[in-house]
Amino acid sequence: MTFDLNTIWFILVGVLFTGYAMLDGFDLGIGALHLFTKKDEERRVLLNSIGPVWDGNEVWLVTAGGALFAAFPNVYATVFSGFYLAFYLLLASLIFRAVAIEFRSKQPMFWWRQMWDIGFAGGSILSSLLLGVALGNIAQGVPVDERGEFAGTFLGLLQPYPLLVGITTVALFMMHGAIYGVMKTEGELHDKIRRWAMNAIIFFVICAATTTMATLLYIPHIAARVRDNPWLFSIVLANMLAIANIPREFHRGKDWLAFLSSCATIITLMLLFGLNQYPYMVYSLPNPENSLTIHNAASSSRTLETMLIIAGIGVPIVIAYTVCIYWIFRGKVKIDRMSY
Amino acid sequence: MAMDVLFLSRLQFGLTIGFHYIYPPLSIGLGLMLVLMEGAWLKTKNPVYHQMARFWTKVFALTFALGVATGIVMEFEFGTNWATYSRFVGDVFGSALAAEGIFAFFLESGFLAVLLFGWDKVGRKTHFFATCMVCLGAHFSAVWIVVANSWMQTPAGYHIVGEGLHARAEVTDFWAMVFNPSFTERLFHTICGAWSAGAFLVVSVSAWYLLKKKHVDFARLSLKISLVVALIASLLQGLSGHISAQGVAKNQPVKLAAFEGLYETTSNAPLMVIGWVDEKNSKTHGIEIPYLLSFLADNNFHSTVAGLNQFPPQDRPPVASSFFFFHGMVGIGCALIGVSLLGCFYAWKKKLVEKRWLLWLLVFSVLGPELANQLGWFAAEVGRQPWIVWHELRTPQGLSAVVKANAVLASLILFTFIYFLLFAVFIYLLNDKIQHGPHEDDLIPSGKLALPDELTEHKNHDL
Ligand code: HDD
Ligand code: HEM
Ligand code: HEM
Repeated sequence: MTFDLNTIWFILVGVLFTGYAMLDGFDLGIGALHLFTKKDEERRVLLNSIGPVWDGNEVWLVTAGGALFAAFPNVYATVFSGFYLAFYLLLASLIFRAVAIEFRSKQPMFWWRQMWDIGFAGGSILSSLLLGVALGNIAQGVPVDERGEFAGTFLGLLQPYPLLVGITTVALFMMHGAIYGVMKTEGELHDKIRRWAMNAIIFFVICAATTTMATLLYIPHIAARVRDNPWLFSIVLANMLAIANIPREFHRGKDWLAFLSSCATIITLMLLFGLNQYPYMVYSLPNPENSLTIHNAASSSRTLETMLIIAGIGVPIVIAYTVCIYWIFRGKVKIDRMSY
Repeated sequence: MAMDVLFLSRLQFGLTIGFHYIYPPLSIGLGLMLVLMEGAWLKTKNPVYHQMARFWTKVFALTFALGVATGIVMEFEFGTNWATYSRFVGDVFGSALAAEGIFAFFLESGFLAVLLFGWDKVGRKTHFFATCMVCLGAHFSAVWIVVANSWMQTPAGYHIVGEGLHARAEVTDFWAMVFNPSFTERLFHTICGAWSAGAFLVVSVSAWYLLKKKHVDFARLSLKISLVVALIASLLQGLSGHISAQGVAKNQPVKLAAFEGLYETTSNAPLMVIGWVDEKNSKTHGIEIPYLLSFLADNNFHSTVAGLNQFPPQDRPPVASSFFFFHGMVGIGCALIGVSLLGCFYAWKKKLVEKRWLLWLLVFSVLGPELANQLGWFAAEVGRQPWIVWHELRTPQGLSAVVKANAVLASLILFTFIYFLLFAVFIYLLNDKIQHGPHEDDLIPSGKLALPDELTEHKNHDL
């Protein structure tokens, strides 16, 4: 692996998507858990735990999309036009979710709140699922023709393996969200979410184990890669340790360390995905020679350079004030006049 | 079949961007108003300003949420529907979009948290700083998106590599790309349009309270600030529009000819005030002001303005609609200058409250900038046709190769439905907020914002 500009951008785009999964992951997960409590008060606490930050988290997706467009326009074009209907469903669910958060608290009527609660939960679950299915398709490989255009169909995207990855993603975000919830709440709700978190961990571990098996059995190009590079198992190991650490931190009462462990789980998963993928961006099946790689799908090196400067200036600033904002809103959620 | 995909994709793009663009001008404009209100509070310590900032923050949150929800669609729509275009411009356009994410959206959404939820958690200086950053972020996003769009109108700083299906634009000079020939004037004009949208919204709601004799102190003070901003923005709008028109005359003469329905090349060209285009017979009818078009285009009453006859028919935009959009915008622009001048005049004479007809006019004035913003973009974009990138790529060539008409139809129907629903809810909630009005509790700052020094008594400001 040489660190040319294209590789650096492969990594950067990966970092942006990982940031997205780590940050928006917990608020998608909170959304997925939202309907598990029936009490209006508790639902409000859940919403307000992500209230100040969900929008900023979603910007990671927007920026990752922009960076993909800028650095690898062919991937952006092929994947987005190829997964056309799936992406519109994703957009629709992200929209419902976003407006539901804002609209829910604006009226007290039961039906009104119920409607937006369903929008929020449904939107969160569907968007996690679709993101996972997209990722699963990329991992499995999709048909690409010699022009570099997607050659499959919408239904062709819904094969068992991508669906499995989709469900695993929902489980992952539920676990991540529940752990975040534990960190942000207190009292009765806190204990309740802790139970959810434990169940979500079990759900996730089952899904993750199934996905791993399925990958090694049914995705030959990844299986071959793992066979040739046994050190990849050290990342799997790290991933398992991170998951195992979550109940341990809960037990010690260090909820925020549990949350960091959960972040580490996501990072190791994305790292595995990236290492198995490199240097392919879109692996073409059944004609690997049509694959889009970090070289044939990239922008000019001048643009990659300029963008690197832009990212170099922008990203540290973004991270600095993001940390400040999380700091301002640290601690347990308190409902007040400004709350949702 | 290809034609259908083209038509549907254009319809869908027009719908989604048009719907998105209802909200950004309000976010940008209200952002500015919030900075002014909170700034005035910090300076004068008059609690009414604090109440104002709090009230408008809530409205801001609403427009912002819809701006975000609809903006995400825009970010991905280039890839889904205009894939060939995306491959062609990725080098240029993608960079601008990515820069927008990094420099604008993160700033806006990050500090929005402090603006909305931080009232009692941070000190006033910090809160004010957050408000300024949100406002700045909103302006930055206009900057980058206008860079991208202006490059499509007047491409610069690039060269074409590859041929046929694989041709694409590569940046050769980043700053020339950013400061392409139409960028500065179009940014100036777009931002004025946004200020105008924000200011007139405040004008409208305040005038409504005065008519209903509700929240009178609040309304008077709000009206005063917002009228001044509205007047300045409307005047600058005209000025920047004039500069834009000169740019169009220079860079895209066929567009200007379409805006004015000018079929024959003419010297001492007149400006149409109001009229219509008869595309069949290549004639434009209406009321004209002699010499004015020549002056508008070139600062000279006698110079020659190119007519549509100078350009081959396949390179001309649709004339009647360009004419209509452009004239609608300019007409509204002139009306807004008139309305805000009247408002300021009577406010200065302290007679505004008696002039109920004028207050009613002000209540409806908010529709002006919203409409003009839409018409302006439609004029600029339809006038660019048949090019998606000026003189480089034609619109039909930009489509996604693999997307079928029925897929576009499905997404179009889905999103038309969603957007109508969202719009109805938006109007319902906006109305609800306005009916509720400012909160009395907001007269007394709380938490860390509470005044360190004694509340100073202040006089009521008369209009
Ligand atoms: C002149 C201003 C302007 C224009 C022409 C556009 N936008 Fe916009 N956009 C904004 C000004 C803006 C804003 C003021 O920054 C918004 C609106 C309200 C808001 O909350 O942010 C926003 C939100 C917004 C978001 C959500 C950001 C977030 O999650 O915080 C995205 C992804 C886009 N826009 C993308 C686009 C694209 C791809 C456009 C072109 C086709 C576009 N916008 C036109
Ligand atoms: C925000 C205000 C905007 C409005 C109201 C607007 C309006 C429109 C309309 C009505 C069309 C369809 C034109 C036609 O089919 O004849 C269009 C097309 C298009 N516009 Fe814009 N536009 C806006 C901003 C932008 C921006 C900021 C960009 C890019 C940065 C952009 C890029 C495009 C593209 C790629 C198309 C599709 C091709 C086409 O049909 O011309 N637009 N726009
Ligand atoms: C007062 C007289 C006005 C004049 C002479 C004028 C002139 C222009 C011109 C020539 C363009 C086309 C620029 C291009 O195609 O590149 C334009 C576009 C536009 N106008 Fe206006 N305009 C006026 C009023 C307004 C008002 C009142 C608004 C909204 C409040 C507005 C909003 C816009 C927008 C959003 C665009 C599209 C962005 C752009 O191309 O700059 N205009 N205007």
